[in-house]
Amino acid sequence: MWKASEYAGWGRVHKAQGELARPERARALSALAAEGPALGKRRSYGDACLVDGGKAVDMGRLDRYLDFDAEQGLLTVEAGCALGQIARDFAPRGWLPAVMPGTGFATVGGGIAMNVHGKNHHGAGAFSDHIIEFELETPKGRKTVRPGDPLFLATVGGLGQTGIITQATLKLTACKGDLMMVTERRVPDLETFCDLLDESEATYTVGWIDATARGEGLGRGILEEGETGSGLVPAAKRGKKIPMDAPGWALSAPVVKTFNAAYYRRVPLKGRTVVKPIDDFFFPLDKIHDWNRLYGKNGFHQFQCVLPVEQRPVLREMMAKISKAGLASPLAVLKRMGPGSAGHLSFPMEGYTLAVDFPNRKGAASLVHELNAMTLDAGGRIYLAKDSVATAAQVKAMYPDWQTWAKACDAVDPEKALVTDLVKRLELRTTT
Amino acid sequence: MMETWVILGATSSMARGLARALADRGAGLLLAGRDMADLEATAADCTLRGARLAEAVKFDARDPSTFGPILERLGKEDGSLNCACFVGSMPPQADIDADPSLIEGVITDSFTGPARFLTALAPMIEARQMGCIVGVGSVAGDRGRVGNYVYGSSKAGFHTYLSGLRNRLTRSGGHVVTVKPGFVDTAMTWGLEGMFLVAPPDAVAASILKAVEKERNIIYTPFFWRYIMMIIRSVPEPIFKKMSI
Repeated sequence: MWKASEYAGWGRVHKAQGELARPERARALSALAAEGPALGKRRSYGDACLVDGGKAVDMGRLDRYLDFDAEQGLLTVEAGCALGQIARDFAPRGWLPAVMPGTGFATVGGGIAMNVHGKNHHGAGAFSDHIIEFELETPKGRKTVRPGDPLFLATVGGLGQTGIITQATLKLTACKGDLMMVTERRVPDLETFCDLLDESEATYTVGWIDATARGEGLGRGILEEGETGSGLVPAAKRGKKIPMDAPGWALSAPVVKTFNAAYYRRVPLKGRTVVKPIDDFFFPLDKIHDWNRLYGKNGFHQFQCVLPVEQRPVLREMMAKISKAGLASPLAVLKRMGPGSAGHLSFPMEGYTLAVDFPNRKGAASLVHELNAMTLDAGGRIYLAKDSVATAAQVKAMYPDWQTWAKACDAVDPEKALVTDLVKRLELRTTT
Repeated sequence: MMETWVILGATSSMARGLARALADRGAGLLLAGRDMADLEATAADCTLRGARLAEAVKFDARDPSTFGPILERLGKEDGSLNCACFVGSMPPQADIDADPSLIEGVITDSFTGPARFLTALAPMIEARQMGCIVGVGSVAGDRGRVGNYVYGSSKAGFHTYLSGLRNRLTRSGGHVVTVKPGFVDTAMTWGLEGMFLVAPPDAVAASILKAVEKERNIIYTPFFWRYIMMIIRSVPEPIFKKMSI
């Protein structure tokens, strides 16, 4: 039943050695709930999905559709089902998961535990805004949890600390088909970027930033605005695999600088509208399996924060700091978030969210640390699904409800059997 | 063409993979096994993936009274009648050595139970002059080894049975595929020591479906196990008996 395993977070900086169970039948879960937390596809970047020296439950084999109400778009599904799979199976029938994060490999259970957001957060809110109910197998027994329940607030964005989410009923959102009409536009600088994001009326909006650009071009990038559509285009190609760890120079500063400049110029000066399969728009990197290996064996950090709208100058300072550090990777994303959602530890709140990858080289962790401090000073938060370097004091200050959350977790998990490496590092379940 | 499949042992992940692949092409499915709650979940899943029909039915290899109702239900469907058998049990050899009474259960689960069911199904396939049976054996059935020779011998018996059944059904338009999986990443092998080249169950399911379409007789999956077993079978007995592989 238990397999000794070595596994890592998506950023591959943190690793864990521990025992994993991987049940194939839902009935096995009640016995496992007191043993350790549930893990999905382990797409959290840092140590949120790690239990070093302990036990955890891999949910990957519990991925069945259990019920679908085609009138209302209500889908009941086992928690191990990947959100991208739901999108592929249901978009041709006119339905999509209402909220999809940047990787389609993220599972339903993971989506709840991290309360993920998508490119439509400004209009649709977070994952928790589209949950009808879910089943939670806590160490203290099975519970059906609905919005408004105290356990709901502790479980959405709750890092898996209240038990194993076994299945959920989600309200899907209607779509026109399995295509995206995407308008791409060059944006010359950060100020314009923020203005355009504020004004965008598209359902799905996201900005790619050239994190290597400096001076007048600081914060330049490409704005993508998408709507679903129907029609005929060739299906998305099957993904390629990265067979081995790339050498350190693969994403060195000159390479990334050149790549970014070319990527920016790829979009014509006047912009363009293109038609893409849904996967290509929502999960652009999923086509390259194991793309995290491009960062080499040392892995990478991802920093993601959200800053209140009035803190644009801080965002500018951050971008300046990042481009000056010369560590930047090709991956930097800027988005406008709408009002926040339920959940004591939920990340989304109104403002600008910035996500940037940094190869794990000298200075990367300390840069992320400085950015975390700037985030805190500006009244923002960092995303725990990405974090691997924040301190307990910082995170507790960013999430003032953490004690309420910790008490709710302790009520269903008094033995603290569900603690992950992230929860331990940030001392989130020590209520003192 | 309209097709209906009985999946024996449908709670296993390999069977689940095949059921999904069949659902994708609109087949009818009778999902047979002991854990009805789990079968119901798979049936719902298959229905939502496009199965024309997906029902959970009770099957226990050790209880032949469960066989009749399944065959009766199957007979009500039009078109081709098919069966894929994933049933089997593999208690650790050490447990069997300590308690030889376990042997009968292993043989019933992996060989005689399925054989009895398939023998009752055969006339239905003959009557319609079409239909396919997929029997999942094991590379363990190709040569008896110290580590699992009771399980291995039950699979060897099943292989021989399937060979004979193929010989019989081919005369009336039916077909039998013998599948010999190597190590597959399932609950059965999870955490076992000495596993290598472990294949995902969905890939095994895909190769089974391909073998059905191409009317292959005996497949190893993944394919390279054919060569591994060729070598293992060719080791002379005086040497083999001293090996522990």
